[in-house]
Formats: sequence, C-alpha cells, structure tokens
Amino acid sequence: MTVNVDQPVPGTDAGVPAPAEPSTTLRRVETRAPREEADDAATATGRIEIRNLSAYYGSFRAVRDVSMHIQPHAVTAIIGPSGCGKSTFLRALNRMHELIPDARIEGELLLDGINLYDPAVDPVQLRRVVGMVFQRPNPFPTMSIYDNVVAGLRLVGRQPKAQLDETVERCLTSAALWDEVKDKLRQSGTSLSGGQQQRLCIARALAVDPEVLLMDEPASALDPVATLRVEELIHELRVNYTIIIVTHNMQQAARVSDQTAFFSMGEDRAGYLVEYNATTTIFTNPSDQLTEDYVSGRFG
Amino acid sequence: MTTQTPAIPIRRTLTRTAADRRRGLVDRFFRWLALGAAIACVIPLAAIVIFVTLKGISALSPDLITKPPKALGIGGGAAAAILGSIQLVGLATLMAVPVGILAGVYVNEFGGRRSGRVIRFAADVLTGVPSIVVGIFVFTILVLPFHQYNAFAGAVSLAVIMIPVIMRTTEEILKIVPGTLREASLALGVPVWRTVASVVVPTGLAGILTGVMLAVARAMGETAPLLFTALGSRLINVGDWSRPMDAMPLFIYTNARQPYETLNDQAWGVAFLLLLFVLTINVLVRFRTWGRRAG
Amino acid sequence: MTKVASGGARFGADSRGRYNDRIFRGTSRASAWVVIAIIVGIGVMLLLGSLQAFREFGVIPFVTGTTWDPVRDIYGALPYIVGTLLSSGIALILATPVAILTAIYLSELAPRRVAIPLTFLIELIAAIPSVVIGLWGIFILTPFLKGTVEAWVVGIFGSIPIFAGPPLGIGLFAAGVILAIMIVPTIVSVSREVINSVPATQREAMFALGATRWEVVTKAVLPAARSGIVGAVILGLGRALGETMAVTMVIGNAQDIPTSLFDQAQTIASKIATTFNEAAIGLQTSSLIALGLILLVITVALNIIARLLVWQTAGPVGNE
Repeated sequence: MTVNVDQPVPGTDAGVPAPAEPSTTLRRVETRAPREEADDAATATGRIEIRNLSAYYGSFRAVRDVSMHIQPHAVTAIIGPSGCGKSTFLRALNRMHELIPDARIEGELLLDGINLYDPAVDPVQLRRVVGMVFQRPNPFPTMSIYDNVVAGLRLVGRQPKAQLDETVERCLTSAALWDEVKDKLRQSGTSLSGGQQQRLCIARALAVDPEVLLMDEPASALDPVATLRVEELIHELRVNYTIIIVTHNMQQAARVSDQTAFFSMGEDRAGYLVEYNATTTIFTNPSDQLTEDYVSGRFG
Repeated sequence: MTTQTPAIPIRRTLTRTAADRRRGLVDRFFRWLALGAAIACVIPLAAIVIFVTLKGISALSPDLITKPPKALGIGGGAAAAILGSIQLVGLATLMAVPVGILAGVYVNEFGGRRSGRVIRFAADVLTGVPSIVVGIFVFTILVLPFHQYNAFAGAVSLAVIMIPVIMRTTEEILKIVPGTLREASLALGVPVWRTVASVVVPTGLAGILTGVMLAVARAMGETAPLLFTALGSRLINVGDWSRPMDAMPLFIYTNARQPYETLNDQAWGVAFLLLLFVLTINVLVRFRTWGRRAG
Repeated sequence: MTKVASGGARFGADSRGRYNDRIFRGTSRASAWVVIAIIVGIGVMLLLGSLQAFREFGVIPFVTGTTWDPVRDIYGALPYIVGTLLSSGIALILATPVAILTAIYLSELAPRRVAIPLTFLIELIAAIPSVVIGLWGIFILTPFLKGTVEAWVVGIFGSIPIFAGPPLGIGLFAAGVILAIMIVPTIVSVSREVINSVPATQREAMFALGATRWEVVTKAVLPAARSGIVGAVILGLGRALGETMAVTMVIGNAQDIPTSLFDQAQTIASKIATTFNEAAIGLQTSSLIALGLILLVITVALNIIARLLVWQTAGPVGNE
C-alpha cells in the first residue's frame, strides 16, 4: 500500500534548507526499495491530525474519542487533572501505548496525511519521526554522554565518526547543554545533575532528527532552576519541531505553549478532550465551564 | 527569545531503508532463536520424565515395594530403601524444622542488623556447599569416632542440607508479614515472644510449610550425604539408628551400576516412585504460591 | 482495680512472661548460631582431616600431583581437579548461551501466558534428584550421545587429539552435557531476576528512539544487567563443580588426566564418591578429605563472588 502525501505547505519551515536528497524523502510506508525517485520532495511539516482516537487497556477505555489538529512548529500543551489519560494519549502518538500487553488504539492518527496506525507503518520507523522525552530523566547508565546522544543513530548502523561528532555538538547545543559538557563527553550519562540529564535526554531525542517531540511532564522531576531552563529550551525548539507537552503545571502550560488542550475524566472514567484552543484563550476566556473551573483552581 | 539554533538537516520520513529491513530480520531471527532456546531447555525435562515414567512403571510390582533385596542372588525389592528413606527424612525433618524456623525467626525478628546479615550470609554459603562435602563433615563427627556407619548420621547430614532451605523460606515469609501486625500486638501488651509465636508465625505458617515441603522433597532425593553416613544396606532396618540404613536414592545408585538387568529395572522402578514424589510436592507447592501471588 | 495485664512483660510485672521471652529469644538465637556452627564445623573438620595429607605431600605438590596410588600410598589431586574443571567448563559452554537466551525470552519477549508455565517447567528440572538424572544418563543419554554427536564428531574431527575417540558415550563429554542440563535452571532463574530488575524507563527510552525489541534487549537491558548475568553464570558454575551423583554415573572411571573430550575421567566429587568408603583410614582417607577441602574452597569462593555480582545489579536475591 502506497500513500503519497500532497504538496508540502510552503512557509512553515522557516530557515530550513530545501531537501537535497530526493530518494530518502520519499513518503512511502511500505517495504519497497528505498531508492525511488521522489515525485514530491516533501519536507516534513509535523502536521498532525487526530481523529476519534480512543485508547484501551484491555477492555477498559482510558481515553475517549479525541479529535484535534496539532499545529506544526508550535508547542501544544495538554493539561488536566491526574488520571484523565493525558500520558496515555501522548503515548498513543508515538505508538508506545501498544507496547503494554493488551493495550490498543482505535481511531486514526495522521502525520502529514499518513495514518500512523496503518498496518503498513512500522512503529520502529515511526518512533524516529516522533520522539519522546520522559518524566524522569533516563540516560543510559552504561553509556557516556557522547554515546547517549548518538544511541539512536547507532541503531541504524555504523556511522562515520565525523558525522557523529557533528551530531553530538549540534544536538547538545540545541539542548542548551553543549557548553556544560563539551569537556566531559566521555563521562557517564548519569554523572550529570537532574536538569542536565533531562537536557541530555532531549539532545538524544533530537539526534535522530524527528519532526515531532513528545514530552511527558519533562520538568516535573526537576528543581525550579532546571525547570526554567527546560522551558526556555522548549520555547526555542519549536522553531524546528512540533512539540506536544503534557503537564500538570498550569503556569508552565501558560508560559510555554501556543495551543492548549484541556482533558478531563468522564463518568465512565475515560479521559476526553474538553476544550482545545489557543493558550491565551484557554486561560483567559475558555468556552467550557469545566475548563474555566480547572484553570481558575475551582474543584469539587 | 531567540538563540542561534544551527540549521537542522533534512527531516526523516517513514521510509524503510535496507538497513531497516536488516534490523527487522535480525530482530525476528533472534526472537525465534530465543524461543528455540527456551524450548530446548524444556526438552531434557520431557525426556527425563517420559523415560523414567515408561521404564519405571513397567518395573513396578508389589514385590518391589514390599520385599527387601534377596539375601543371596538377585531379586527381591526395595522395601528396605523405601522404609529407610521415610525414616531418614522423617528424623531429619524433625531436627531441621525447629532449628530452621527458629533461626529464620531470629534473623527476621530479633537479629540486630549485623548479626542478621552474618547469619543470612552463613545460610547462603551453606546452600552452596556441595552435598558430598556435607557427607564428609558428618562422617568425621558422627561416623569416624564410633567406627560405625549409622543411620543417625545419615539423618543429621540430611538435616544439615534442609536447615538453610527452611530458614530462608521462613525468613522471607516473615518479612512479608506486615509490621503493623506486630505493632498492634505489641501495643496490646502481648510480650514479644508471644507476638512472634502466636501472631507472626501463624500468619506466615502456610508459606513456611511450603518451604518445609520443598526441603523434604530435596532431602528425599539426596544421595551423596548418605554415602558415608547411612551407607545403605540390604537389610530392612526399622528404628535402629546405630546401624546403616538404606534409602531410595542409594538403592537407585547401587542398582543402576550393577550388570544385572533385573536390578537395573528395580532402579527404574524406585526412580519413578522418587520422581513422582518429588515432582508432586513441587507442583503442589508452586500452585499454592501462584494462587497467593495471583490473588 | 484492673489487672495490669497489658503492662505485662514491658513493665516487669509479669516475670513469667519475661522468662518465656528470654527462653524464646535464647532458643531462636541458638538455632541461628547452629547454622554458623555448621559452616565453621565443616571448614574446621575438613581442614583437620586434610592435615595428614598436606603434611605428607605438601599443599602444592598434592594439588599438582598426578599420581593416585593406594598401593604405594601416593596421592595427587590434579587429574580430579582437571576433570572437575573440564566437565564444568563443557557444561558452561553448552549451558550459558542457551540459558541466557532463554532468560531473555522469558523476561522480555514471551507473552505472560507462555512465560509463566515455561518458567515453571524449567525450574522443575532443578527439583529432579541428581541420582534419577544419573540413571537416565547412563541408560538413555549416553547411548544417544554415543550414536549421534560423538560418532559424528569423532568421525569428522577424530584426528585432532581433543576429539579423539573411541566414542564410548560414557565420559567427559557426557558429564558435561548432563551438567549443562542441570545448571541451566540456575542460570535462567538468576538471570531472569537480574533482567527484571533493570528499570522499565531504560527500555522505554530505547523504544522511543526507534529500536526493535531485540535492540532494546541488547542495547539497553543487557548492558545494564551484565554483571548480574555474569554472577548468574558463576552460580551455575559453582553448582556444576559440586554436582556429584549424575556426574559419577556417566563420567566413567579413569585415573589419568583426560586428553580428549570423549575420554573417561573423574571429578573430585566422583572420586570421593566412588572410593571414600573403601579407603584405608589414614593417609588415603586424609587425601580424599583434602580433595573435598579443595572442592569446598573453590565452590564457596565462587558462590560468594557470584552473589556479590548479583547483589550489585539486582539487590539481594535469595534463591538457590
């Protein structure tokens, strides 16, 4: 099954050079020979559309019927009380949810027009395109800082050292960590502070060159100073990536995101999307009473 | 706030390259290999159980169980061995259970951190001691001084093997008993010893019993410790602890190496009985443990 | 006036309670120290028993001596040490890859419905008495090996000394195979515990980078579990070294150091098992006890090293 994407949307990739290698930008999601002529030298736009997505653990529905368009190259925050499926929903976006036994997804998840849940799509490929940073920093303890960053790249095979070096510097710089670690790249990944480790994990996620970055409460395990640095980082990264961040910290969502989605738990104990709008709107003039209650701290 | 973000090269797409296909093949190959390894592990189990059952059942007869070996010539049965096993393991259990349980209780309830660790370590070391070394040890203290192989020494050597097993199980079970239970009892003024004896231990009793059962199964199958202590015998010995006594594993060992097929068959018969006993206990115990864990 | 029942042992009003308390503590402490006494006793008695042999031959000459002659009363341990190491070595080579792959399968790859019964069955092997396995070994396994693997290897590689025939079935190789069967459950179960102790976040991180399941195992799980798995293998080795009955029954009965895989041989344990009761009290018995001491020292040392390695990775695990 071949799916071709439509023409790229111009103007959304500020500052990104035009594709120079046509064969590897071909949008085919089946296992055919890769070196085919590109009829549409598409650059990824990170445009995500979610249609009626439900997530199940066995027969229990944890997330009910979510539909939304994620704005590319922007930060979308997902907020809501705990237990309403925010993390489950996030993990559905890079098909990590299905790694849990008996877990499944219904609905469609479209990235630039391609349904990521189509059987022809390989989750392994997908997770390179949609990266994830976790709540607790989890650098690989047996690897050095250098090896951590390139861990994802090395999965594909041997890379020339020069290219790896360049990637390490580039990604650590993007993660605002280069200056702090450039002299100790061979030290263990766990020798850094919590905030540094999290930025290392971000660099590691960036190294495989994703379009989308999913962040599951990335700063909740960090102290306030480190949190601030990570928030600044997120703000910078949106120039080149589409970022979706789950956070239980409303102020963080307000500071960092362009769009906000508010989830709540329904009576069937399934999380559902209550309201999705520009961040300023959600926080100053929400349409739904539930949203207003939540953002103004009212409960019960 | 803008910073100098270096140019990001071409975005990845969902293409599968040749490298990716190779990775997929490697993944599938090793997953199948791992499954094959797991099956390979189980094949010997099947082979052993099947052969022992087939050859053992055909050798079973009432004579095998009720008659002792013939005084002269070949024939008779394994009555001496069966009775001997029951007695040896029985006495060993009587000796090992109190010591093992009390030791486990001590380590868990009373032991200061340091002495608890030392004793636990000692028990671990003891489980690693080869059973033939245990046999030598008991030989030097209970056989050599009297210049007499005796069944009592056999029971003692089996007990030595059982004690660490029972102690470990007791300790682990007691660890699971919630501290709040102890506190509640103590807060009511129940003295420590009574708390342990009447509250903590009974709560963990089921688990401790399964540990004892496993230790019994283990002792039933042990040969090496008996080689230099109880020695084995062709005569039925009931109750005379100062003389040698036969046991099922010893019977199997001796008769397996004889050049007479009748005796070999007897070995199979007794091996089947022994295997049946040991496996039954193990299966029962695991099912009880699962029932508790799953529930 | 209410009875001061509750005050009881704490406030000394109930002397009987305190008395019982002390008895209980005392007996349980004594039981715990019985365990220590046994260990110490084993070490001491074996040491004492070996003294005669060590004094007669010297420790190093005894360990490296190759003659075992009851007639001339000359004893040396080397053939049995070699037999022990070789048979256990063969067992390790055969068992380790299979066991580690199996542990990976059970912990990482298998669905729970499959993993649970399979784990149970593998652990069941450890419960089979050694003498029963030996019986099966003599009559079923060795003829099988003789007719298949050994015949094949000797047929093709027989000119190389290590693979020289004749393939008798009984011998070093059979002992190695049977030991391998017996130590697999040990290595599998300890490795499984070690692998399970690797935090899930490590696997998640690897998955999120776009790794296949096997890559997650090899790049995230195994490196973290490495020293613990080494410990598991060493525990298996320790078990193999001390194994007596099954080995005795299939290894044959040889006096010389084996030169071929298919030679007959003796291990320390099998030598002790077969000759102890006929040995003359005195130098011969002392030499056998010295053999036992050597075995004890090696197995205890390995056991301790292995547990340290496993503890380091997985925390205290209490199984055997």
